[in-house]
Amino acid sequence: MAEPIRLKTPLRDEDVAGLKSGDRVLISGVVYTGRDAAHRRLFDLLKEGKALPFDIRGQIIYYVGPTPAKPGRVLGSAGPTTSYRMDAYAPSLIERGLKGMIGKGMRSDSVKKAMAKYKAVYFAATGGAGALLAKRVKKAQVIAYEDLGPEAIRRLEVEDLPVIVINDIYGNDLYIEGEKKYRISA
Amino acid sequence: MREIDVKLITEKVRDLCIEANTDLGEDVIQALDRAMKTEDSPLGVEILKELKENARIGREEKVPICQDTGFAVVFVELGQDVHLSGGGLREAIEEGVRQGYRDGYLRKSVCHPFTRANTGDNTPAIIHTEVVPGEKVRITVAPKGGGSENMSRVVMLTPSEGIEGIKRFVVQRVKESGSNPCPPTIVGVGIGGTFEQTALLAKKSLLRPLGSRNPDPELDGLESAILKEINQLGIGPQGLGGRTTSLAVHILMMPCHIASLPLAVNIQCHAQRHKEIVI
Repeated sequence: MAEPIRLKTPLRDEDVAGLKSGDRVLISGVVYTGRDAAHRRLFDLLKEGKALPFDIRGQIIYYVGPTPAKPGRVLGSAGPTTSYRMDAYAPSLIERGLKGMIGKGMRSDSVKKAMAKYKAVYFAATGGAGALLAKRVKKAQVIAYEDLGPEAIRRLEVEDLPVIVINDIYGNDLYIEGEKKYRISA
Repeated sequence: MREIDVKLITEKVRDLCIEANTDLGEDVIQALDRAMKTEDSPLGVEILKELKENARIGREEKVPICQDTGFAVVFVELGQDVHLSGGGLREAIEEGVRQGYRDGYLRKSVCHPFTRANTGDNTPAIIHTEVVPGEKVRITVAPKGGGSENMSRVVMLTPSEGIEGIKRFVVQRVKESGSNPCPPTIVGVGIGGTFEQTALLAKKSLLRPLGSRNPDPELDGLESAILKEINQLGIGPQGLGGRTTSLAVHILMMPCHIASLPLAVNIQCHAQRHKEIVI
């Protein structure tokens, strides 16, 4: 396997254009957490024409609801949650400059179209490897919606967070291609 | 008649919640080892290694292997010669869950269906109590994550669909679930009973250790046949392509109504967490 690509956030259009489905990537810098309830709130803010709690341009949202940090630790376990539940909200965020999403599982056609149109990429992290992934998080701070508990928006500083490109801006999808490659027809 | 103070039950449930979430069973680790040997995809092998390493971290550092520490599903087998004193059984279990999720730094993942407001302490628990002969209490805590639970289904097949219909539905369910439930999965299957009973059978089938055989030879053969078809789908670890889509298929079956053929598929990610104790 090829060596992983190292990426620093925020992402520029040329960073995103250089990524291909199947690339292994190590992300360093800031990523924001957000899952079901937070997305609902972000979406409502956009509908009302209000500002989001952070500047979304060039940023990556990690679909994760971590466990509480044990004393002396930055964060608890922090693996990805299933992404399709954010599909209804993602295109609006991508249109406003979101450049990356980290989750797991297939995206809808409308998300894939928005990614191609506005140049954004979808990464998967290993679902169920929350203890391992948490070791790459160096700082964590709740920046919005503290009342949502695990679903609050956190600003994470990560170092070499390991992910794989699933959907690039060229219409490729690793889930579809991977399955096709290994399928045995009955 | 044996007397047991429910405080003991609270204490044990607390410990089981923490242990189940941090210490993945050896049977799962061994199943991952076996899968590494048969997986053709290099990326798939890497992922299986990651899951094993993740389990090691969980066990050694006493942290949850997955951030989704689940809904607390608790199975109780209550000996009919036991007298519980000092409070109600349900409240004792709920208190154990409350303490376990607080003291173990586990995520609280239970909310109001409409407002989505978190209940804050991971209660209520889902409790299945069965009264059995004897004077012992067996408690099994099996935290269930949402991602794989969302991919589960119950269907009422017609009797004419038979075994072929069962196979077709289970394999199709795994295919449609794709990468969502964090493959490699364990597929729990309930056959027969009624609408609600078949779902419970599917869930209970997940408690069987991985690598063990179904005691019913016919079901054992059906498990192998379905697993073979599933692992030809190509979904692979994390859905990135490969041979290891599921580690096992487990079936529990009971008689059903002459009009029905109930079937439930309860998908479980590799974090097949369950710990039990006999008091």
